[in-house]
Amino acid sequence: MRPVAVLASRVRYEEKRIFAALERRGVPYAHVDTRRFSSELGGGAPGGGAAGAGPRYAAALNREISHSRALYASMILEARGVPTVNRSDVIAVCGDKLRTSLELERAGVPSPRTAVALTPDEGAEAAERLGFPVVIKPLTGSWGRLAAAVRDREAAQAVLEHRAALPSPLQHIVYLQELVDKPGRDIRVIVAGETVVGATYRYADGWRTNAARGARSEPCPLTSALVEPAMRAARAVGGGILGVDLIEGPGGPLVLEVNHNVEFRGFQDAHGEAVDVADAIVAHVLEAA
Amino acid sequence: MTQTCPECEGPVQLAEPVRLSEVAQCADCSSELEVVGLDPVTLALAPEIEEDWGE
Ligand SMILES: [Zn+2]
Repeated sequence: MRPVAVLASRVRYEEKRIFAALERRGVPYAHVDTRRFSSELGGGAPGGGAAGAGPRYAAALNREISHSRALYASMILEARGVPTVNRSDVIAVCGDKLRTSLELERAGVPSPRTAVALTPDEGAEAAERLGFPVVIKPLTGSWGRLAAAVRDREAAQAVLEHRAALPSPLQHIVYLQELVDKPGRDIRVIVAGETVVGATYRYADGWRTNAARGARSEPCPLTSALVEPAMRAARAVGGGILGVDLIEGPGGPLVLEVNHNVEFRGFQDAHGEAVDVADAIVAHVLEAA
Repeated sequence: MTQTCPECEGPVQLAEPVRLSEVAQCADCSSELEVVGLDPVTLALAPEIEEDWGE
């Protein structure tokens, strides 16, 4: 069997668990560090790049932490005929909050009220129409970076002025979401293909509940009220190995975002022996191979 | 295994098996470190967090 490529420039807890799961299953694999990845186009000389000519790998698991490198690595491997998880189109959608929201909207997945404005000036109007408090989020980026909760127009304008001064035109697109009055926690559901691996509650003191910001995880029971929107969200963005973040709204769970590069340390710690996320990920990659 | 932090020479614990590109944090100086060699195990300062990193 040709090896499975695991793309990662940082080997964290998650990648170590994945390597161990591959070893337990006796699957040959190659760790490909994307910082040393290049590929010649036009059927160049063999060995001219990590992907080489023709599908050198049975499949690829993309665990690259850099969004740009992850996106292009999947694109290159797909073009070389390697079944890649996640696919580049999924990464492109999940890496952009508006693209994600548009796919969720199209699939009718329940989400918080969301608005977008194409200039910072219009952003203040859109925030007013949405009603305060709102969260102003950058379209790209994660771990909750540069997201700001604002409670009135004055605060919104301060954030938007700052946004307008940033050099990247992408930062001038204003993505706004209602701040759902949540019970100090959100829910992370991990999906691998058509399998829901499990769910955790993530508790945090502030309004952000990202694990990178020190959230605490506890097991969350899988109910159909949770599984259904999570699965629909995962399918809406194109499927694969995904972390679907939901929040408990007054009328039921609302999908906040879908992550394509799932961190699962907190999840794994919370579930202990009951769930093996790395093994579920490997099982899905082998299905795709 | 225990390695020496290249920044402060404090002890850094690495969980076996040690892997290439593995990241670790020095408990003494909080530097983020990367395993850049396995034979012998060599630690270097990890790259700065890039803007597009994240889950
Ligand atoms: Zn140190």
